[in-house]
Amino acid sequence: MGLVYSTGRRAASFAASFRDTCAFLGEAFGAMAGVAPRPRSFRFRDFALAFQRAAYEGLAITSGIGLLLGIILAFESAAALRTFGAEVYVSDLLTISLFRELGPLVTAIVLAGRSGSAFAAEIGVMKVDEELDALTTMGLPPVRFLVPPRVFAAVLAMPILTVCAELAGLAGGAGVLQIMGVPVPVFWAHVKGTSDLFMVGFGLFKSCIFGFLVGMIGCGAGLSTKQAADGVGVAATSAVVAGIVAIAVADGLLAVVCHVWGV
Amino acid sequence: MGDYIVELENVDAGYPGATILRDVSFSVSRGEVFALLGGSGCGKSTIMKHMIGLNPVLAGTLRVAGLEWGPRTRAELCRKIGVMYQSGALFGAMTCLENVMLPLEEFTSLKAAARREKAMALLADVELADAADKMPQEISGGMKKRVAIARAMALEPEVVFLDEPSAGLDPITSSALDDLILKLRRERRTTFVVVTHELASIFKIADRCAMFDKARGGMIALGAPAELRDRSPDAFVRRFFNRGGSNGK
Repeated sequence: MGLVYSTGRRAASFAASFRDTCAFLGEAFGAMAGVAPRPRSFRFRDFALAFQRAAYEGLAITSGIGLLLGIILAFESAAALRTFGAEVYVSDLLTISLFRELGPLVTAIVLAGRSGSAFAAEIGVMKVDEELDALTTMGLPPVRFLVPPRVFAAVLAMPILTVCAELAGLAGGAGVLQIMGVPVPVFWAHVKGTSDLFMVGFGLFKSCIFGFLVGMIGCGAGLSTKQAADGVGVAATSAVVAGIVAIAVADGLLAVVCHVWGV
Repeated sequence: MGDYIVELENVDAGYPGATILRDVSFSVSRGEVFALLGGSGCGKSTIMKHMIGLNPVLAGTLRVAGLEWGPRTRAELCRKIGVMYQSGALFGAMTCLENVMLPLEEFTSLKAAARREKAMALLADVELADAADKMPQEISGGMKKRVAIARAMALEPEVVFLDEPSAGLDPITSSALDDLILKLRRERRTTFVVVTHELASIFKIADRCAMFDKARGGMIALGAPAELRDRSPDAFVRRFFNRGGSNGK
């Protein structure tokens, strides 16, 4: 009886959570689609603030991590490639891995940790403080008011941060190879030879997808904050965890799509 | 039918699966200050949440300005009501002036200068014109509530709901807030529905009140505060109104 009861409770809770997620997605997509025909309804100030926090204030940490990533990758791969006297190919490896995979992925994880949690906490505090109820009774649907500025800010911030992380990573790799005797012009020639517009463009496209996921999950977690002492903390944590899982799943799906299409 | 702004007929209040109050019926006349009172957890805030359209009623009929809450009437009803929440619920990322200007920005075609002028006039009405550029975090709890009242009045609503306006305030600030409610009622002829359990405030501002009791799961008294205190047939109601000595006498 206990097992049946607890299974039933979990199923009901899952169904309720699924219903809430669908409702949020429907409302959020509707709100974002409504920005083009009704630009006056878009909160540009909130967008600018969220963009400043996500992009400008996240620039240093993202570039720093990109730089360290480039240095670590260069050292680790150079150790293996040196056996074959092929240190110069570290630049090819760095270019492909940073532009196609690691640049967008690591930047998205940093964005999930910084901005995803911030969106969740900010909206969660608003919920606990009855600000969302205030919006509702003013006739301003909270999703329409809060979600589009933050999601658009995350989508726009991601490619900028990704490019900075990638350039910093390349700079780190170039520095390591310079120490190992590969001059920067040679490194740069390999980077130019290995990369192409599609590779860079696809990486940036992925970064936009990741930014969208981080924004949506952060806002969704904030809006579903429970009215409890640990409600905001739980929402912020779940925004980060769910954000990183979603990024990994999306990255995996995109890798499969690329493989199927042969790109 | 009288000129009622809020009407409840046989309303069951609560949440799906948890009815708190059953069969509640009363009406609030235009221009009246009406108090919802009772002990903690008796369901008075729950009733208010139904009135302001945050939760649907479980049974019965609830009309505000002649309309029932629903997807088609929501937008219209939101223009007819103003709400002050217990915490004030001011938007932390906006100044006090911007908080008051928000409804004007979203729902009127006023130019920026006119919006600002109107918001400043509302802040002056609540005696906070000099706090216009302050952030909500920089002002006291009582000031937050006054800014919240100014914001609630911005679209000149027909009825303003106040959730525990005295909660967390010292007696002097609380009394000043009561004076403000009476001043706004006098000058603007606005109807106020106030959720409170502060007897001093009830006797000062309320024309009538409805009292709820958790144990009995419904409304147990309706009338003018002094009348209920002196002549209610219910001993619990008389005791509630007479607690602490000679309230209102």
